[in-house]
Amino acid sequence: MSRKLLDLWVGFFVVLGFAALLFLALRVGNVSSANFADTYQLTAKFDNIGGLKVRGPVKSAGVVVGRVTEIRFDPQTYEAVATLTIDSRYQFPKDTFVSILTAGLLGEQYIGLDAGGDEKMLSPGDVITKTQSAVVLEKLISQFMFNKASDGADKK
Amino acid sequence: MPVDSLVKITDINFAYDDRSILNGITMEIPRGKLIAIMGNSGCGKTTLLRLIGGQLKPTSGQLLVDGQSVPDMSHDELYAMRRRMGMLFQFGALFTDISVFDNVAYLMREHTDLPEEMIRDMVLMKLNAVGLRGAHNLMPSELSGGMARRVALARAIALDPMLIMYDEPFAGLDPISMGVIGQLIRKLNDALGATTLLVTHDVQEAMLIVDYVYFVSAGQIVAQGTPDEIRASDDPFVHQFVFGEADGPVHFHYPAEPFEQDLLRDSAHG
Amino acid sequence: MVEKSFSAVIALIRGIGHRLNTGLQRLGFAARFFVMLLVYSGQSFRRFHLTIREIYFSGFQSLLIILVSGLFIGMVLGMQGYETLQRYGSSEALGVLVALSLTRELGPVVAALLFASRAGSSITAEIGLMKATEQLTAMDMMAVNPIARVVAPRFWGGVISMPLLAALFSAVGVFGGYLIGVVFIGVDEGAFWSQMQGSVDFRFDVWNGVVKSFVFGVAVSLIAVFEGYDAVPTAEGVSASIKRTVVYSALAILALDFVLTSFMFRGL
Repeated sequence: MSRKLLDLWVGFFVVLGFAALLFLALRVGNVSSANFADTYQLTAKFDNIGGLKVRGPVKSAGVVVGRVTEIRFDPQTYEAVATLTIDSRYQFPKDTFVSILTAGLLGEQYIGLDAGGDEKMLSPGDVITKTQSAVVLEKLISQFMFNKASDGADKK
Repeated sequence: MPVDSLVKITDINFAYDDRSILNGITMEIPRGKLIAIMGNSGCGKTTLLRLIGGQLKPTSGQLLVDGQSVPDMSHDELYAMRRRMGMLFQFGALFTDISVFDNVAYLMREHTDLPEEMIRDMVLMKLNAVGLRGAHNLMPSELSGGMARRVALARAIALDPMLIMYDEPFAGLDPISMGVIGQLIRKLNDALGATTLLVTHDVQEAMLIVDYVYFVSAGQIVAQGTPDEIRASDDPFVHQFVFGEADGPVHFHYPAEPFEQDLLRDSAHG
Repeated sequence: MVEKSFSAVIALIRGIGHRLNTGLQRLGFAARFFVMLLVYSGQSFRRFHLTIREIYFSGFQSLLIILVSGLFIGMVLGMQGYETLQRYGSSEALGVLVALSLTRELGPVVAALLFASRAGSSITAEIGLMKATEQLTAMDMMAVNPIARVVAPRFWGGVISMPLLAALFSAVGVFGGYLIGVVFIGVDEGAFWSQMQGSVDFRFDVWNGVVKSFVFGVAVSLIAVFEGYDAVPTAEGVSASIKRTVVYSALAILALDFVLTSFMFRGL
C-alpha cells in the first residue's frame, strides 16, 4: 500500500476517534458543568447535610449555577460546612436562603438557592448562615409516627 | 600471508555459560581475498562470524577489524563498523513484509539521505549485478530459494562494504543455484575490491572460488591452506571432510557405551 | 517410600524456585527492555511514518471488531438495563446506566481486551517471526537498531490507537443503548439524553475512561512487543509467546482496572 493511502486511512481513523471523544464529551457527558470559566466561592453551614456529595449541583430556580466543591465538619460548632463554587455570571443577594433538596423522592441531593430581596450582593468568601438542612427521611417518618401516636392518645 | 590483514584474530576463546564453543582460534584475513571457514555442523563457524560482527563478545583473546578491537567498541562504534560490513544470513533473512526493491533499498534509506531517484538507480544496479532486476516488484514470499539468496546478496552489498560475510550461502540450494551463487561471490569480491569471509560446509563448491581455507572442528583450527594444498593434504580430517566419508576422525556415532552393554541392560529391565 | 516422597517434595520446591527465578529474570529484562524502548523512541519518532504505519495496522484494522462489539454491548446493556430499571419505575435512567457503564468501565476494559487479542497477538507474532527468521539479527548486523526500527513504532502505534478505539467503543455502545432503549422499547428520548447529560461528567467519567484506556494501551503494547522480542525463535516458541501475550494482557488489564478505579472513584 502506498504511503499516501496509508496516511489517509490513519487520518480517517484519528478523526473518527476524536469525533467519538467529542460525542462523549458533548452529547453523553456535560463539559460545561465541570468547569465554569470564572467562579467564586461561598460557604454555607448546615446542621445536617444528609446525603449531599462533593460535586453535587447547586441550583437556583432549577438551573445549575455551581457545584459543591468541599464538605467538611466543623468541630467547634458541630456543623457541616459546605463550600460552593458558583459561576461568577450569577450574583445572589445577601439574604439568599440555602437549602438541601432532593431530586424526586429518592433521587440525588442538591443545594437550592432562593434569592432574597436584599440590595447588597454576596461577595466571594462570604458565609451563608440562613440555611435549611437536609430532610432526613427516617426523622420525618418517626416524627409522623409520634404525632399519630400522641393524636391517638389525646382522643382516648 | 601478507601483513596487511583486514581481520586479525588471535587466540580467541568463546563459551556459552560453561559450554565451550571456540578454543584458541587464530586466523588472519588479508584484504581483497576470499577466505573460507569450513567445518561440520555445530563446530562454531557461525559463532565466529558473530564475534567478528560484534554481536557476541569473546571470553578471551584479541579480535581486530581494520586495526580496531571489536570487543572494546561502544555501541555507536560497533554500528559505525557494521555499516562497512555486509552479511548474508543462512536463509537470507529478507524482510518478509516489504518488496525485493525495498529490501535492497533498506540500508540506503536507513543510513543515507540520498534522494529517492538515486536510490532507485543504485538498487537497480545492485539487482542487475545479481541478475534479478526484473524481479524488483516481487515480494520475498514469491521468490525461489536461490533467488531469495541472490536478493539477500544484493542487500548485503548495498552500501559497498569493505568486508562481506556469508553464513552458509549454499545451504538448501540446487546445484545450478549453487554454481550461480558461488560465481557471484567471487565476482562481487573482485569487482567491489572487498574482502570476503565465507562460512560453509559445502567443500566442493567453495574450493572452486576461494583463495584460502581454514578447517574448524570442535572449536579449533585443524587444517589450513590454499585449495590445491587442501586437495593434496593427507590429514585424515581434511580427507574425510573433502570426500564426505561417513566415519573417520569425526565419528558416525554419538559417544555412547558399547552397544552390547546397552542391550544387556535393557533385557535386565524386562 | 518415605525417601521417594521426600525427594518429590524437594523437586517441587526446586521447581517453584526455578520458576520464580526465571520469572524475576524475565521481569528484570522486561524493565530494562522498557527503558531501552523509551530511550530509542526518539530515534524512531524522527521517522514518524513508521509509527503511522503501525497505527494503521493496530488501530484502523481493529475498527471493525471494535465498532461491532461496541454496538452489541450497548444493545445488551440497553435491554438488561431496561429490564432492571423498569421494576423500580425509573426506566428514564437507562441513558445514565448505559453511558456510565460504558465510559467508566466497559469501554476501556472491553476495548482493551479486544485490542489485546486482535492487535497485541499479531504484534507478538510479527516480531517473534522476525526474530525466528533472523530478521532482527540481520537488522542489528546492518547497524539498524531493531528496537528503534521495529519495536518502538509498534509500541507507540498501540499506545496511540487504544484510547481512540476505546472512545469509539463507548460512543457506539451509547448509540446501541439508544437504539434498543428509545427506538425499540420506547423510553422517552428527551429523558434518555438529558438524564445522561445530567449524570455523566466529562472530567470524572469520560476523561477518566480515556486515562484508563491510555494506561491499558501502554500495558498491552508493552506486553505484546516484549513477548515478541523475547520469544524463543522457533515455531513453538512464537506460538507460546502469542498465548502469553493474550493471557498476560487480559490479567494486566483487569488488575490495572481495579487499581485505577479505586484511585479515580474513591470517595465518590
